[in-house]
Formats: sequence, C-alpha cells, structure tokens
Amino acid sequence: MAIHSPEKRIWWNEPLDRKEIIWIAIAFAWGLVMFATMIVWHITGQQNLSNEAYKIDPEIYAERTEAMATKYKVREEGKTGIPVVHPPPGTEVYMLGRLWEWWPILELEKGKSYRLHLSSLDWQHGFSLQPTNINLQVHPGYEMVLTITPSETGEFGVVCNEYCGIGHHQMVGKIYVVDKK
Amino acid sequence: MTATTAPATYPSTTFRTCPETGLLVDAKAETLIKVNAVVAVVFLAIGGLFGLLVALTRWPAVHILPADWFYLALTAHGADVLLFWIVFFEVALLYFASAILLNCRLAAPRFAWVAFALMLVGALTANVAVLQGESSVMFTSYVPMQAAPHFYLGLILFAVGTLIACFVFFGTLVIAREEGTYEGSIPLVTFGAMTAAIIAVFTLASGAIILIPTFLWSIGLIGHIDPVVYKLVWWGMGHSSQQINVSAHVAVWYAIAAMVLGAKPLSEKVSRTAFLMYILFLQLASAHHMLVEPGVSSEWKIFNTSYAMYLAVLGSMIHGMSIPGAVEAAQRRRGFDRGMFEWLRKAPWGNPAFAGMFLSLVMFGFLGGISGVVLGTEQINLLMHNTLYVPGHFHATVVAGTTLAFMAMTYLVVPLIFRRELVMKRLAQWQPYLFGIGVAGISLFMMGAGTLGVSRRHWDITFSDAQLTFDYPPAVFLMMGLNGLSAILATIGGIAFVVVVVGSILFGKRRDDAAAKASPVVLTGGDTVASYGGEHTLKLPGTITLVAVFFLAFVLYYYVNWKYLSEVWPLS
Repeated sequence: MAIHSPEKRIWWNEPLDRKEIIWIAIAFAWGLVMFATMIVWHITGQQNLSNEAYKIDPEIYAERTEAMATKYKVREEGKTGIPVVHPPPGTEVYMLGRLWEWWPILELEKGKSYRLHLSSLDWQHGFSLQPTNINLQVHPGYEMVLTITPSETGEFGVVCNEYCGIGHHQMVGKIYVVDKK
Repeated sequence: MTATTAPATYPSTTFRTCPETGLLVDAKAETLIKVNAVVAVVFLAIGGLFGLLVALTRWPAVHILPADWFYLALTAHGADVLLFWIVFFEVALLYFASAILLNCRLAAPRFAWVAFALMLVGALTANVAVLQGESSVMFTSYVPMQAAPHFYLGLILFAVGTLIACFVFFGTLVIAREEGTYEGSIPLVTFGAMTAAIIAVFTLASGAIILIPTFLWSIGLIGHIDPVVYKLVWWGMGHSSQQINVSAHVAVWYAIAAMVLGAKPLSEKVSRTAFLMYILFLQLASAHHMLVEPGVSSEWKIFNTSYAMYLAVLGSMIHGMSIPGAVEAAQRRRGFDRGMFEWLRKAPWGNPAFAGMFLSLVMFGFLGGISGVVLGTEQINLLMHNTLYVPGHFHATVVAGTTLAFMAMTYLVVPLIFRRELVMKRLAQWQPYLFGIGVAGISLFMMGAGTLGVSRRHWDITFSDAQLTFDYPPAVFLMMGLNGLSAILATIGGIAFVVVVVGSILFGKRRDDAAAKASPVVLTGGDTVASYGGEHTLKLPGTITLVAVFFLAFVLYYYVNWKYLSEVWPLS
C-alpha cells in the first residue's frame, strides 16, 4: 500500500505494464504537440504579441499621449469632456491608464493597422478590450507596443481588469472602430 | 492504549501503537498534527465565509457588500484559504507522512512548535492588517500599490514558520533512516509529501526574495520595486506554492485509496517518477502570469509556460491513470469484477473520505487540469488573462482539488489521530457532494463568465457609477447568478464539514483500541491485494475508458480555444 514501504526496495527496477507505457507515450506526445502548436501559431497565426517593450518615464509617456490627442482630436465624448482621437492609419497610437481612467478615447478604422502603445502612469492596470476579449497587462514604467488591426466596426469597451484600488470598477475606456472615411 | 518507551537516548518520547495500522505514533507528533489541523480548519471557516460574501457581491442582483468591503473581503479570502488553511493543513500532513507513517519520533518538536507559533502570529498579523482596511491589495499585492507594512511582515513570519516546519519534516526523514524505523524505501505517500516539502523550500525562498524587499519598501527603506520583476518573483512563490498543493493532494489521494480500499499504486516506479517531474519542472509556472506582460520574450514564455514541453503536466496525467487504476485493481481483487464499471458503482460512495477523494481527483483533472493548460498556453492567455476564467480555473484546482482532498483526509484523521468517532455521520456522507458540486459550479460558471470577458476582482460589472460604461452580454448575468448559487451550495458543504469535524473533536465518542478494532476505518486484510503492477496487474478497462474520455475532452477543448483565438483582431 502507498502508506507502507514498497515491497521491492529497488523500486526503480520494476517492470512497466504495457498500458502504462502506452498512456505515458500518448501523454508525452500530446505535450509535444501542444508545445509545437504555440510555435506554429507564431508562424501561421495572426494573434501573437510582438513583445516589443521599452522602459519609459511615465511623464514622458503622458506627454506623448497628450501630443497625439491634441493633434488628432476630432470631438469630445458627450458631456464627459474626454477627447475622441482619430489618428491616421499606420501611425503610432497611444493610450494611457491611470487612476481611474483609460485616456483618450480612440477612433480607429476597420482593416487598418496601428501601432498601439500602452503604459500606466501610476499602478498596474489591465487593458481588457471587450467584447473582442483582448487582455493585456499594463505596467507603470514600461511601454508595450503592438500592432493591432481592428476587424469589425462598433463601440468597444476597455475595462480595467487589474485591481487598482477603490475606483477600479469605474475605470472604463472606449475604442470606436469605424469604416474607412 | 499501549504506551511504548522510545530508545533510551530519547526518554521523553512516548509512543502508542495504532490499533488499526500497527504504526507507532509519537505523542508529540500527534499533538502537533492536531493543533495544525485545527487551526487550518478555523482559517478555512473564516476564509470560506469571506468567499461567500465575495460571490454574493459579484452576483449583480444581490451585490451585498459595498466596494471597499468587497476588496477587503477578497483580499482576506485569498490569504485565509489559499495560504493559511492549506499550508497549516499541509504542515499537519508533513508530520503525518514523516513521523507517523515512518514509525518515527518527530525531529525537534520544539522547533515544530516555534514553526507553529510563527505561522499563527504571521497569519493573525496579516489578517489584522487586512481587516484594518489599509491593505486591500489583493492576495497578490502587486507593486506599486502598497499595503501596510505589517501585512508583508505577517506573510514573512508565516513563510519563515513554514520553512522551519519543512526542515522538521526533513529532519524526521533523516532520523527515521538512521534509526531504521522502516524497511526499504519510504512509502509513496511520504515520497509525495517530500516532493511537496522540496517544492516548498524553493517557493519560500522566492517568497523571501520578493517579500522582504517589499516590506522594506513599505517602511520607506527602499525607493522603488520594479513591477515586472515583482510579478516574476512573486509568482515564483505564488504559483509554485500551488505545486506544493498538487503534490500534497496527490499524496493524499494515494493515502486515502490505500487506507480505505487497500489500493496499491500500479507501479511504484511510475508514480514516483511522476512526483519527480513535479520537482524538476513545476517551478517554471511563474511564467503563466507573465504571458501578456511587457518585456518578456516569446521563447522564454513558450518554454516556461509549458513546464519545458509539458513534462509536469505529464506527471499529473500519469497520476491521473495510476490512482483510478489502483482503485479499480483493488476493487476487482475484492470481487467487483463484472463489466467495465462495477468496481466504480460498488465503490464506497457513502464513505466521505473515499467520495471526497474521488470527486477531487475527477474535478482536478477534468476542470482544473485542462483549463490550466489552456489558460497557460502562450497566445490563448490573451483571451483570458485577468478575466474570471482565472479564478474559475484555480477554484477547480485548489478548492475542488486540494481542499476537497484535505477534507476527505480529515475524515480519516479524526478517528485515527484525534481518536473520536464522527458525529452526524449522515451529514458527513453528504458533505463531499454538497461541497464538490458547489465548487464545480463555481469553477464552471466563473470560467464561462471569463470566456465572455468578465473581469476578475471587479466590484460592479454594470459600471453603474462609472463615467463611461460597457454592457456585457446578458448571459454574463446568468453566469454570475449561477455562480452565486453554487457558492451558497459550497458554503453549506463547507459549514457541514466544519460542524462535523469540530463536533467530532469536541463531542465525538472516544475511540479506544477496542472500538477501533470493532469498526476500523483503515481497511485491514490489505494483504489480499497481492503483488505490484507489472505483468501481474489486472486488466483495467474502466480506468482506460476514463482516461480516454479525459484525453478526448482535453484535445477538443484545447483546439476549441485556438478557434476562439483565431476570431480575435489580428495582433502582432
């Protein structure tokens, strides 16, 4: 029994039963298949993170985001006063997280690619684009860059999904995706 | 009770002989097992009730707590059950698997008491810090969010205590070997506990490396802690400590199968090698938390997140066949040999130790194991990171898996170590099902809500007081309601557990040697379950079928999630 010492002191010389060998072989092979699937997806799949990232001073990041927002602002969101920014396709697009908002609101064109920059000015935040369901961790002092290509039009929510204090559940941003103008 | 005196060099040690197993039980080890197990159950009760409050708050129609209390309760829930309940119980298990199973005195019982005191003071300190309201930082306490200094200090004291307990365990192994208290190799259950203790040392070292600087930062002695490095090292503790749980509860599965059914591992070699794979590869799991972080390369992620090509997963898949296989073999040898599943139908489902163990095994594999591999796949993680899928996954592993297994073990610890009959046996029989079905619901509905994008650790998914809002699909509200109902069911199961265990310890009939012999809880005549695996093993068609169903579910669910991923906006 498992609560007693094994009958054979030299347990590593025990013969293996056939069905155990077969299961171990299948399980091992399945592990290799799953391992290979991740690698293959880097070659053939369209959803891979770039892993491009920089260390950055939050103040500099805020300046860059504000510069973009001033340059490409097209309107304000209702009565909130939050700028809606429509940068030209192919450009560098910035969004910042801070207690407790995602800023600014972006308006992107469907089927166009953008280099999206994400960083936080204070604590960690979670960039959760809904209902598309893209979830990224946003750190202060680190600027993550990835190329995104919106594939559907509509209004998307950016929910903070990393707990960031008492106002965490109020931290919602927006991305609009529109047809090409 | 027969008291035996130890070798002359240790006159202070007294043993009794267990009437059921014939093992020598060191009185000091027995007391330490009792106090650690009792404190564990107290933290389970406290943490479990915080968990109920969390689930009821996340049920939008109920929404019971205000925001500040919700985040406080969630922090307390994580610390009390994930850390304090489980680790106190694990320390009891370590002493059981060393001193008791090896017929040995416990090494340095004074140090074991110091360990206990440090752990208790640490756990209480951390709880006080959380309840004071200045440390609602979640169990993970990601910097630069800051808790009160005594929150970190409490965790550090707890970790130091646990480390001492691990060394008491190792010391006992050494003494047992030197004094020749057992013959041959250590039992498989002790081997599994040793795996847990080795991983614990690695884990606690990671914890010290990150928590000590964080404590110094919280009192102003260190200026800055890098948030990415913090996550990497913190999860060297946070995720690896879950591998302690896996090793410990797998050892418990083997122990219960052996004690209740006389089951033998199909092959000592296979089972022990599977445990070794945990030691070698499970520590890489910190990467599971770094898959959508800035500044980590894909090569690093793929290698680490897969535990070096899924070798630790292989270990679990091996146990997944060995344990039901051992149960099937034992049952068939006892005559339940008809058809594919008579052995399973005629299993002792009315024995809460067996029922809890088997439910734990099935749910850990099907719900926790499969979801864990999917969640930890490099690219798929971006669909699920920080959504409710994550707690859905780990409630299947640490609650349905570890907690239910430990509860099942407690039904053996009460008669064997506390030497009391169980009270309210009817309630005890129902308890694993109430708790198990409740937890299965919690896991499934949280995973469902997470698949629909719902954030974890979030007070209000209706965003009623937010400047901008977002509407989750209506199915989400159904999921959160069902999650709340499941949490109520699990709570009833949890309360039943505490009532039965505390009631039995306080008011249960004393179980003297005669009573133990009259109604043993450990299956005697285990000798009928003759020799080990290899060519002597019976055919095990039931287990093979179960394993095949598991494998198909695994493959199917894995590729369904790749399909989901392929529908997301292209990213590069």
